[in-house]
Amino acid sequence: MHELSLCRALIEQVSALAAQHQARGVSVIRLRIGPLAGVEIGLLRSAFPHSSRGSLAASAVLEIEQTPLQVRCETCGGVSEVSLNQLHCRHCGDWRTQLIGGDELLLQAVDFITAPAPHEEAQHVS
Amino acid sequence: MCLDCGCQLAPALTRDFPRSPSSETNTIMRDLLADNDALAQRNRDYLDARGVVAINLMSSPGAGKTALLEATAAALQGEINFAVIEGDLATDNDTQRLRARGIAAQQITTGSACHLDAGMVSAALDEIDLNRIELLFIENVGNLVCPASFDLGQHRNVVLLSTPEGDDKPAKYPVMFRAADILLLSKADLLPLLGDFDPARAERCLRDLANPAPVITLSARSGTGLREWCDWLRAALGAEALRASGSKTNAPAST
Repeated sequence: MHELSLCRALIEQVSALAAQHQARGVSVIRLRIGPLAGVEIGLLRSAFPHSSRGSLAASAVLEIEQTPLQVRCETCGGVSEVSLNQLHCRHCGDWRTQLIGGDELLLQAVDFITAPAPHEEAQHVS
Repeated sequence: MCLDCGCQLAPALTRDFPRSPSSETNTIMRDLLADNDALAQRNRDYLDARGVVAINLMSSPGAGKTALLEATAAALQGEINFAVIEGDLATDNDTQRLRARGIAAQQITTGSACHLDAGMVSAALDEIDLNRIELLFIENVGNLVCPASFDLGQHRNVVLLSTPEGDDKPAKYPVMFRAADILLLSKADLLPLLGDFDPARAERCLRDLANPAPVITLSARSGTGLREWCDWLRAALGAEALRASGSKTNAPAST
């Protein structure tokens, strides 16, 4: 259950970025997560409301893009899409491969709310 | 362009996202664990500057990490001085056990945390006299899932798989076993009793993860495999000393 720690790290990063950008809030957080990142996405999602409470990201939508697991063969050079515990080359069968994608755990992008919400604007005008 | 290193990202990663009138999209591309990783690198640099090689010892609970350390201390006595950082959820039993054998040990009690992180190790490093040791074992919390995700500042990852756990564990916990720089099949003295643990199958499961790490069948109780294990430790110390003289540090296989 290290997803709670990850979620806290995420909120810390996003809050710092929001402060840097003088944002009023965060509407969307986009993550890229690979199958070998060691993250249970369902647990991360369920940890998010708890971790984000009271922060600028409290009402943000968490969008998670899952990346494919890909290896390059050290013997034949071929690229294969592979499964979590079968990382051998699909072209020549050799197990000596290098991971070229699928262990990402990235904060890809954040949408910051920069303008006042419409009802706040209306109040301001009146 | 990425905010951390200024690298040019592939077009697919930098595509424009739809924008709402009151919001702005910022491409970040930063690792979620970047803060932990930076602190881990600081730990590694700190250890490098003092000529200490750190080893992150990981396994499920009860796989024999502490017994391995006890046997290692006996085997390396008078040759290599080491200390141990002990990660445990709730007790300092293992620290007491090691100290009773004359091994310098520093306890980290994690409470509910299922893994050590670089910050916890950084605090523990302050309590250890690094001038007296060449080798530091960090005995992680017994868990085959979470510890694999957190770089602590170690130079090598050692993963233990005890024979009663079953030989297919690398297939079931790929993130952990992919990170191993060496796999120790511990409690090998039980092999004849178990009958269904095949060391060759465990090694095949490790190769299926594209991991070339050596595999040693080892028993802290009988001494089987201890010589190979100590040779591996000596080689790791030698390789790190060589790297240090070239002023380069080394991260483990995967973190």
